[in-house]
Amino acid sequence: MTTSTIVVGLDGGEAGARALAFATTQAKLIGSCELKLVYVIEWSPFSFQTSEENAQRHKRREEELALARERIVEPAVKQVTDDGVTVQGIVRHGDVADILDDLAKKHGAQQIVVGRVGLRGLKERMFGGVTGRLVVASSVPVTIIP
Amino acid sequence: MNKFLTTGLGAVASTVFPALASAQDAVGMDQRINDVFAGSTGWFVNLIFMSLPGTNFPWIVLWLVVAASVFTLYFGFIQFWAFGHAISLVKGDYSDPDDAGEVSHFQALATALSGTVGLGNIAGVAVAVGIGGPGATFWMILAGLLGMASKFTECTLGVKYRNEYDDGTVSGGPMYYMTKGFKERGLPLGGFLAIVFSIFTIGGALGGGNMFQANQAHAQIAGILGDYPGWITGIIFAAVVFAVIVGGIKSIANVTEKVVPFMGVLYVGAALVILIVEYDKIGWAFGQIFAGAFTGLGVAGGLVGALIQGFKRAAFSNEAGVGSAAIAHSAVRTKEPVTEGVVSLLEPFIDTVVICTMTALVITISGVLVTDPATGRFILNEAGTAIKTVDGSSGVQLTSAAFATGFSWFPYILAIAVVLFAFSTMISWSYYGLKAWTYLFGEGKTKEIVFKVIFCLFIIIGAAANLGSVIDFSDAMIFAMAVVNITALYVLMPIVKREMKSYFARLKSGELKKFTD
Repeated sequence: MTTSTIVVGLDGGEAGARALAFATTQAKLIGSCELKLVYVIEWSPFSFQTSEENAQRHKRREEELALARERIVEPAVKQVTDDGVTVQGIVRHGDVADILDDLAKKHGAQQIVVGRVGLRGLKERMFGGVTGRLVVASSVPVTIIP
Repeated sequence: MNKFLTTGLGAVASTVFPALASAQDAVGMDQRINDVFAGSTGWFVNLIFMSLPGTNFPWIVLWLVVAASVFTLYFGFIQFWAFGHAISLVKGDYSDPDDAGEVSHFQALATALSGTVGLGNIAGVAVAVGIGGPGATFWMILAGLLGMASKFTECTLGVKYRNEYDDGTVSGGPMYYMTKGFKERGLPLGGFLAIVFSIFTIGGALGGGNMFQANQAHAQIAGILGDYPGWITGIIFAAVVFAVIVGGIKSIANVTEKVVPFMGVLYVGAALVILIVEYDKIGWAFGQIFAGAFTGLGVAGGLVGALIQGFKRAAFSNEAGVGSAAIAHSAVRTKEPVTEGVVSLLEPFIDTVVICTMTALVITISGVLVTDPATGRFILNEAGTAIKTVDGSSGVQLTSAAFATGFSWFPYILAIAVVLFAFSTMISWSYYGLKAWTYLFGEGKTKEIVFKVIFCLFIIIGAAANLGSVIDFSDAMIFAMAVVNITALYVLMPIVKREMKSYFARLKSGELKKFTD
């Protein structure tokens, strides 16, 4: 029985790895703590698609989920398990900030840990990236790893 | 002797002036194709667009309107009482978060709309109002509202009887509910109807969904850049469509996905701005619409002329009852087929009741239709076939002129919109045609490529040639789809009613809940 839960955002890159390393250290320090490793596939139900894309959507979704599990989440889960920390991997479709916050609420997490990604492009500079939106909207404390 | 001489001379001429001869051959070729085609298919076109005895009212329009009325009564005016539920389904209130990443109701609706919003909303409405007067708008709105029930029926069936394959892809549409639905009810001929429907769908896809679009897009571009050979437009269009449907170049599709809705919003937005600026005339315009609907106000054909034009335009524009939407909507992975039917009833509403009405209002208010200052009635043109317009234009040009009274630069935007709408309609119909093709010949990569290549070749033909009879034939094909499809809908509507009752009962009892937290 773990007493504490931390949601960790993975991105398949450097930033996610930094977040994971920090969260693992924290979990060890807390002692009784479970990590929820989350990878979000960017997707919006309000995007426009052709009929052919619609017909193949289910197949693509399954492929995307399998790929994300295999390439990103499972190696991370294995690494954390090897460190002796309780862990669960989750892959979801949607908006990163929304999903991380939803899962934090659902699992009663104490905090969300994400890596900082440099702001790229005009849109992100103007409206803030994922981390920016997460900080503004989150219902639990957010730790951003530089 | 004489014959020998002429052919001999012709041969000499063609060797001396090869360029001249080939140019004449090309004209002769178009003409020959036209003649041969008209000769062999004319009876079919005449049959589909045949007028009811003693009137000039095409029976196919009555067929669509009667079906829409029957479905409206049979499902107890579902288009009105389920409208709010349709909006909340599109918003995603009832979508399970665990299904995120699947096709959403919104996406299916947007995809189906991109196949119907197009030239009909811009050019067709102008033709209807030009001939039938503002009163045609009233009948158009009425037919649009009734058509919502037809869409509900066909799209519910489309999802219920679609095929799901082991690899996770889906195929759906009227041919599947014809075979499976008829079998379920223990009726014969389902397979036969499905084959006939598929043949008509392929014809409609290559014609109205392809050649007509390419032809009109070329006319628009040539209208702005000046006249140039159509095959140039055809090859460019074909290359882009080829890149999307064969090459799977997502980036092009992605661009149109974003630009087409933007164009739709821009079009409605521009219409709204014109209406707001001229707000004092809106009351007058609606007065004209209602008065014209019942009195005719001196338009070509009087009251009946307004009614025919309005009904015809709605039917031609929103495709309710044709069966095409059932193919587009069947990709949604929902446990409840009724939800997709309910969402689809928004389609004729957006297409006809909103967008077509906007066009009609702008044309009426802009004053491009000439009225007699003394009596306030419309003046007919010299031929007496339509209302006289300020610059003598009709169709897209009339819409263009009407919008230009508000924004002088609008004709350029409109030309871009027409080209993009034509492109998105082609992409949609390439898929409808493909589904009919694979239904007839079986699924398979090579078979699919064959159809897609044929589809691209027809784009070039459509843009290059002025093949009036071929286009008439393909229009007739689209409406022939409605003859077969609506026959099947009448047979299968009790199944839809059962589904509908069960779904709404569970919704009321709270068994089906919103996913909101």
